[in-house]
Amino acid sequence: MSFPWAEHYTPKHPLMQWVDEKLPLPRLVYNAVGAGYPVPRNLNYFWNFGVLAGLALLIQIVTGVVMAMHYGANTLVAFGTVEQTMRDVNAGWLMRYAHANGASFFFIVVYLHIFRGLYFGSYKAPREMVWLLGLVIFLLMMATAFMGYVLPWGQMSYWGAKVITGLFGAIPVVGEPIQTWLLGGFAPGNASLNRFFSLHFLLPFVIAAVVILHIWALHIPGSSNPTGVEVKGPQDTVPFHPYYTAKDGFGAGIFLILFAILLFFAPNYLGHPDNYIEANPLSTPAHIVPEWYFWPFYAILRAFTVDFFFVPAKLLGVLAMFASILLLFFLPWLDTSPVRSGSYRPTFKTFFWILVLDVLILGYCGGAPAEEPYVMISQVAAAYYFAHFLIILPMIARFEKPLPLPNSITEAVLAKYAKADGEPAAVPAE
Amino acid sequence: MANSEQVDGQGLSGEDGVRRRDFINVAAVSFAGVGAVGVVLPLIDQMNPSADVLALASTEVDLSAIQPGQAIKTTFRSQPLFVRQLTEKEIAEADKVDPSTLRDPQTLAERTVDGKKQWLITMGVCTHLGCVPLGAGEGENRGEFGGYFCPCHGSSYDTAARIRKGPAPKNLEVPKYSFTSDTAILVG
Repeated sequence: MSFPWAEHYTPKHPLMQWVDEKLPLPRLVYNAVGAGYPVPRNLNYFWNFGVLAGLALLIQIVTGVVMAMHYGANTLVAFGTVEQTMRDVNAGWLMRYAHANGASFFFIVVYLHIFRGLYFGSYKAPREMVWLLGLVIFLLMMATAFMGYVLPWGQMSYWGAKVITGLFGAIPVVGEPIQTWLLGGFAPGNASLNRFFSLHFLLPFVIAAVVILHIWALHIPGSSNPTGVEVKGPQDTVPFHPYYTAKDGFGAGIFLILFAILLFFAPNYLGHPDNYIEANPLSTPAHIVPEWYFWPFYAILRAFTVDFFFVPAKLLGVLAMFASILLLFFLPWLDTSPVRSGSYRPTFKTFFWILVLDVLILGYCGGAPAEEPYVMISQVAAAYYFAHFLIILPMIARFEKPLPLPNSITEAVLAKYAKADGEPAAVPAE
Repeated sequence: MANSEQVDGQGLSGEDGVRRRDFINVAAVSFAGVGAVGVVLPLIDQMNPSADVLALASTEVDLSAIQPGQAIKTTFRSQPLFVRQLTEKEIAEADKVDPSTLRDPQTLAERTVDGKKQWLITMGVCTHLGCVPLGAGEGENRGEFGGYFCPCHGSSYDTAARIRKGPAPKNLEVPKYSFTSDTAILVG
């Protein structure tokens, strides 16, 4: 769907007319990310991160396909071929560092994208499907990133694979057969490495497909906006192109500058030195940690240290970690407040920032060694995480008195400019 | 449309009211479903350990060179295996403990073969998150209970490799093994 006032695609060149009759692909692009898609006029820079996530995915696919040309998925040679890519392959170091740090940047922009959605209530009706598909993408990203980290077959690769597949081993009765099935052996080995490589190559394209569904679902109601008030007429929107292609282009420039700084000046800052030691099944690194983007979830996993009735602590941790993500699938129905944007919800806004702090604390604890005081802090923080979604959000929705909403996007925009000019708001008659 | 429905209804209906076309439909889809399951099963099963991996599923260990108080680290199913000959003192220490006070109650006798109490054979895989505990090598930290010590999260195991302190939920696993002679075992 698009708004009735959307601009129409009218190819002028005979060749384009010919193509449009046979396969209207340029028409599809025009209507999806061109002048044919009307977008609220008031989007702020937090609305850049969807496009930036797409850019990050593109970088990962391009550098990844190139790296696969030089990689050998066999435990005898895997570590060596990665080092060979770094040292001998022309620009191989650039491809590998771009791929490794690109994953981090992908997660940075996706986390910002998710928190944008949380603050501005983007998950609420009629955009629930957009949110659910986004979570599917997030899960696929985590699986892809985990398997990619195993491929260099360093110490962290090996022990990370062992610990993460060991999580499935915590499931009663079927756990160990599942773990063996996932690994194709009793410990990570050649079979594991090969299947992880195969799936690591496949999943990004599955992600790309779900991204298309994500955008499709978004374009049915159209983009949300910082006021959370729906579009009411043509005065509330501008065409995606050139307005937001330009704004996203600027955002992409900033993104690439920051990416280049990390890539060229501190390419190993987010990595672990232990992964430059080849995998050794007989020796464990002193401090096993996953990549930084898994830390909040790792902290929740390790927060459970005592058995609860007959459920062992290890299983509780595993359940809590999966629940912390699956919980988000129910968010559209947990937050029942009809007001979307956090800007008009004073109580919600306070608790939103507490949640951000909470996740940052969890992240810090997940990267720290499993000892006091970090264990206790992560227990409190994990409990708060669940309380936020299951208790606090539904309560706020019930008791909060939201601020008055603007009548339309245009009114909100003009009021802002009037305030800046020190003049009363000029509200166009509707 | 209405006409063809009529023809179907009258001409193809059986005595019991089941239409011939419905029967064919259900039969065809069921047949295809069975076929799909038949194809999916090998696709799932191919991910299980292959024959060459399973062929390494048992390991023979020669015990003749291990002196009392010594341990060796070998591999079983590509995971570390600890083989230790306990000293008299270590056996006494292990027997002194009341099993009911333990997190995973087991006696040394239950963890060893009858009459071969000095041979403690366990996996070298910490039951917490799968790290390799220290203590099998010469001069390694054996923790405060004199058995094995996991450096990852500080789990301490005693001389019978039972969990005594730290986050691990269970004793070090004793794999299935049997003595093939006085100085050799077959694990697996």
